[in-house]
Amino acid sequence: MKRLAMPSAGQASAALSFPAHSIAGRAGTSLKHEHLQAILAEGKRDRFFEVHAENYMGAGGPPHAALNQIRRDHPVSLHGVCMSIGGLQPLDKAHLQRFKALVDRYEPALVSEHLAWSTHGTTYFNDLLPLPYTAATLARVADHIDQVQEALGRQILLENPSTYLIFPESTMSETLFIAELVRRTGCGLLLDINNVFVSATNHGFAARDYLAVFPLEHVGEIHLAGHTQQADDEHELLLIDSHDCPVADAVWKLFEVVMSQCGPIPTLIEWDSDLPDWARLKAEADAAQTIIDRHVQRFRLGKADAA
Amino acid sequence: MPPKGHEGDFELSYPAAFTRALLDPDVATPTLVAGPKSKTAVKRYNVYRNNVTVSLINALAAAFPATLRITGADFFRAMARFYVRAAPPTSPLLFDYGRDFPDFIERYEYARSVPWLADVARIERAWLDAYHAADVQPLMPNDLAAIPSERLPNIVLKPHPAMRVVRSRFSAVTIFTASRSDRPASHVEGGGPEDALLTRPALGVEVRRLPSGGAIFLSHLIAGESLGAAASAALSDGPSFDLSANIRGLLEAGAFTTILCGEG
Repeated sequence: MKRLAMPSAGQASAALSFPAHSIAGRAGTSLKHEHLQAILAEGKRDRFFEVHAENYMGAGGPPHAALNQIRRDHPVSLHGVCMSIGGLQPLDKAHLQRFKALVDRYEPALVSEHLAWSTHGTTYFNDLLPLPYTAATLARVADHIDQVQEALGRQILLENPSTYLIFPESTMSETLFIAELVRRTGCGLLLDINNVFVSATNHGFAARDYLAVFPLEHVGEIHLAGHTQQADDEHELLLIDSHDCPVADAVWKLFEVVMSQCGPIPTLIEWDSDLPDWARLKAEADAAQTIIDRHVQRFRLGKADAA
Repeated sequence: MPPKGHEGDFELSYPAAFTRALLDPDVATPTLVAGPKSKTAVKRYNVYRNNVTVSLINALAAAFPATLRITGADFFRAMARFYVRAAPPTSPLLFDYGRDFPDFIERYEYARSVPWLADVARIERAWLDAYHAADVQPLMPNDLAAIPSERLPNIVLKPHPAMRVVRSRFSAVTIFTASRSDRPASHVEGGGPEDALLTRPALGVEVRRLPSGGAIFLSHLIAGESLGAAASAALSDGPSFDLSANIRGLLEAGAFTTILCGEG
């Protein structure tokens, strides 16, 4: 298996056309055009912004103008939603090239995609569909991650999914599947703590047990988001990863647990529909920043004690 | 390359089995999925059905806001649901989705009382293309003034990548404009035919009505014909065609990027 020498997050490449803002220890938000004027009016802050790559795959126009303005003053995380890395069929080469063009153009501090699939045949389903965890799917997903990392010439972070059902044919746990992908491909991980909480509730396991065996040392970014409640066929709680409300208290608590174990990691508040105004979204990011900063200090003190 | 695992029947068949029911409410929940601890997965699978259908309806609602405003949200979403099930996207780039949604609207039996609705949707689809088109400085009226008049008939004008023309038998431009403004969308129907010109000279998409003969004239220019040939075509279609007013209007809108000097 081929291994790449990959620049890690924040490491400067040869010829940057944007400043190499550091993303380490920062909280960020999804970039929404509804908030653009308020963000620009604030000027430069110690924040980062994450964009869905596909929204910037047009040739030009206001999306690129906005991202250019944002990227000048902030680190950006490029988050792919539809590479279909978890799919059976070969990756869409044209889509991979479009993705690479965005990476080259905006020099994002972080690049991520999902452990999921969204295309079958010629149909794009616009959702993150679940996959069975077997030796065959593991080999194929690892192959796809290799292809993406080789095309981009850098490491990507793979995000753990939120799921609502299981495949009884699965032969391994999600955490084992993910750990093995990291081992085989050298990819990093985007730990979505809300996804962990949603899946744990939906499948009846403890989120802390999942985190206890998750390869936390490979996490390069964290996602926090809101979820909503429904019921399953047995009238028991089924959580929906809806990204349309504040982060739940239980998810904040898990975030504290992860921070205490891992130290500061760039953390994103994902809010994609029923958008609040910028002040409210910013307050969520500030709450994450406060927790990160507390652990920055603790980790610094820890190092001072050790010295 | 990692070693390939054994690809059993299940590994090759699950995507087709999983997706078959996503857009078809009459197809039962796939048997290859379940809830934990032997729970059933009807409502669980329905989360995916709902995510797919609703997110695609939302994408159409975002791309066709004037159409939605004219029909009302309930009518629009019901119409969009039929379309999504009949013609799901074939590209992950959702700003390319809905290219044949206006044709679908034209055939949609519940929309027959609003025959101009499809043309409003065509303007909205063209608007989205103009919005995402490449950033190119348009040709300015002064640029043409530098060309000696005897050479003007032979020049060819290169269309700006954002420029689109939508022809309508109805007052689609007036209805579109009213429906995207804060004015109520009623009381604007019943006018004559209108042709829309869409351009994006800077960041904002601009929509205006083409004057009489303008669409014929512009279609010949877009086809790469010379200014003289396009003017002749427009004049033979309608003798009242005003060449200088049309050229001035197109340049002011930012319809072209370059003057390609022809022979002569």
